[in-house]
Amino acid sequence: MVLGSVATVTEDETLLSATGLTKTFGDFTAVDGIDFAVRKGECFGFLGPNGAGKSSTMRMVGCVSPVTSGELRLFGLDPARHGPAIRARLGSCPQRDTLDEELTVEENLWVYGRYFGLSRKEVRTRAAELLDFAQLTDRAGDKVEPLSGGMKRRLTIARSLINSPEILLLDEPTTGLDPQARHVLWDRLFRLKRSGVTLVLTTHYMDEAEQLCDRLVVMDHGRIVAEGSPRSLIDEYSTREVLELRFDAEDHQDVAEQVTGIGERVEVLPDRLLVYADDGDQAAAVVHSRGIEPLSALVRRATLEDVFLHLTGRTLVD
Amino acid sequence: MSAPTTTRLTSLVPMPAGAGLARMLVERNITSFRHGWVALVTGFAEPVFYLFSLGIGIGALVQTVTTDSGAEVSYPQFVAPALLAASAMNGAVFDSTFNVFFKLRYAKLYDAVLATPMGPRDIAVGEIAWSLIRGGLYSAAFLVVALLAGAVGSWWAVLALPAAVFIGFAFAALGMFATTFMKSWVHFDYITLAIQPMFLFSATFFPLSTYPEALQWVVRVTPLYHGVALERALMLGEVGWGVLAHVGYLVVLGAIGVVGTARRLEKLLLS
Repeated sequence: MVLGSVATVTEDETLLSATGLTKTFGDFTAVDGIDFAVRKGECFGFLGPNGAGKSSTMRMVGCVSPVTSGELRLFGLDPARHGPAIRARLGSCPQRDTLDEELTVEENLWVYGRYFGLSRKEVRTRAAELLDFAQLTDRAGDKVEPLSGGMKRRLTIARSLINSPEILLLDEPTTGLDPQARHVLWDRLFRLKRSGVTLVLTTHYMDEAEQLCDRLVVMDHGRIVAEGSPRSLIDEYSTREVLELRFDAEDHQDVAEQVTGIGERVEVLPDRLLVYADDGDQAAAVVHSRGIEPLSALVRRATLEDVFLHLTGRTLVD
Repeated sequence: MSAPTTTRLTSLVPMPAGAGLARMLVERNITSFRHGWVALVTGFAEPVFYLFSLGIGIGALVQTVTTDSGAEVSYPQFVAPALLAASAMNGAVFDSTFNVFFKLRYAKLYDAVLATPMGPRDIAVGEIAWSLIRGGLYSAAFLVVALLAGAVGSWWAVLALPAAVFIGFAFAALGMFATTFMKSWVHFDYITLAIQPMFLFSATFFPLSTYPEALQWVVRVTPLYHGVALERALMLGEVGWGVLAHVGYLVVLGAIGVVGTARRLEKLLLS
């Protein structure tokens, strides 16, 4: 068990809330008056492309960036007045690993625990548990630098858990990792959630948001454009299935006319057409019956990527 | 929780927040140094080399020196206190500029630290305290060598070590403050540009009286001069009230450096 004590989860206890939360840098508005609330024990996500304002939001929530305007409360406390007290109850896993490369793996955990004012004895016990959790026990005495990207990420997460945080903040937790390392990491995050830690994460990967998040908000240009569970967002903003058509064409805009009227709606991307239909196979049959011959036709379930495309007219990962 | 108290304090003094955990950063640096203790040895070797090369070498050519207070002393006795002051400066500046710059810009150490309850004040105080501990070790070792070489002339010299810590404090704090403004390694040339003339012209190798009157006043304004004068007074036993003025000068500089550093870190990292 990673957390010393598993608190009883009362469903409606709000740990984190924001009203009209805004962050500006000079003339640039990074976060433009957003509202959200995170309940105890849930995994809450911010989904959006790079530059949507996710990281700025996370830095404000992590109490390392002052709020420009609006209200932000963590555990009912105001970050402007109780920053250190709030940070003592948070775990923070930044987008870029900030591990201490002058120290060994276990020293990273010890030293970080000491930054929270924990006793030496406490950090040693806790570090041993966390190394086990991060599957790094056999690398405990090694330097950090030669570790693989996935191992460094796991160590960063282990380090952010040294103070047994009530909320764990994860900024793009799997960016830059290979698929296998991502799955290992997701598994660790699931375990954390099961042990009662509230997770707040940002991602621009729709599969990650679908895998991990109970609830999420879709962000674009500093605003929240939709909110809900991954399933409910797909139900609301997309059809059940999507038919992807690729043609031998320079620009797919030119061939878009041919499929007009098939499915509920058609999105045109530079390299393919997306036909939104509750029954993708049936839509494919209609395409075929019109005598249209695409290079390839693929039916898949709708994802959050489709939600984002519908809401913003753009893809998530450019 | 101490948070409300901290807020009230910071509203009185223009000093960014800390959680009173600066010692944890010192502990981190000690842990790190256990892997690289060779760096400790080099910091000690430099002033000792100078002492032997200048003190013994030039000392053979220059028999005695008349100090600014009128006493006749041997050249090694004259130059040893200045070398102690200069090494306290060099050690402090090196640690608080190169090492801090790397941690700040590349290792992102302070970003990680600020995600914990620790604040910018803890970082400023912790790093500067660490510079002092390191500098204090060098100074202690140097004093022992100087004593064995016969370059110590007074019992007041036992105060030379705490005096070296004051010198280190002023330079570490100023150095770290300067570092927060640096954007690339190229800017370190400015540090060298400031340090080298001070090392050569702060009445280090010859008495202040050798300078023309106007230049003497320029020298008197620079911080290393006060460090050299302080150490020389103690190690030669020429102690007067002027000693306190030197200490006061160094303490004020150091305090400006600590507050300035904490405020700059807040601006840089907590935007």
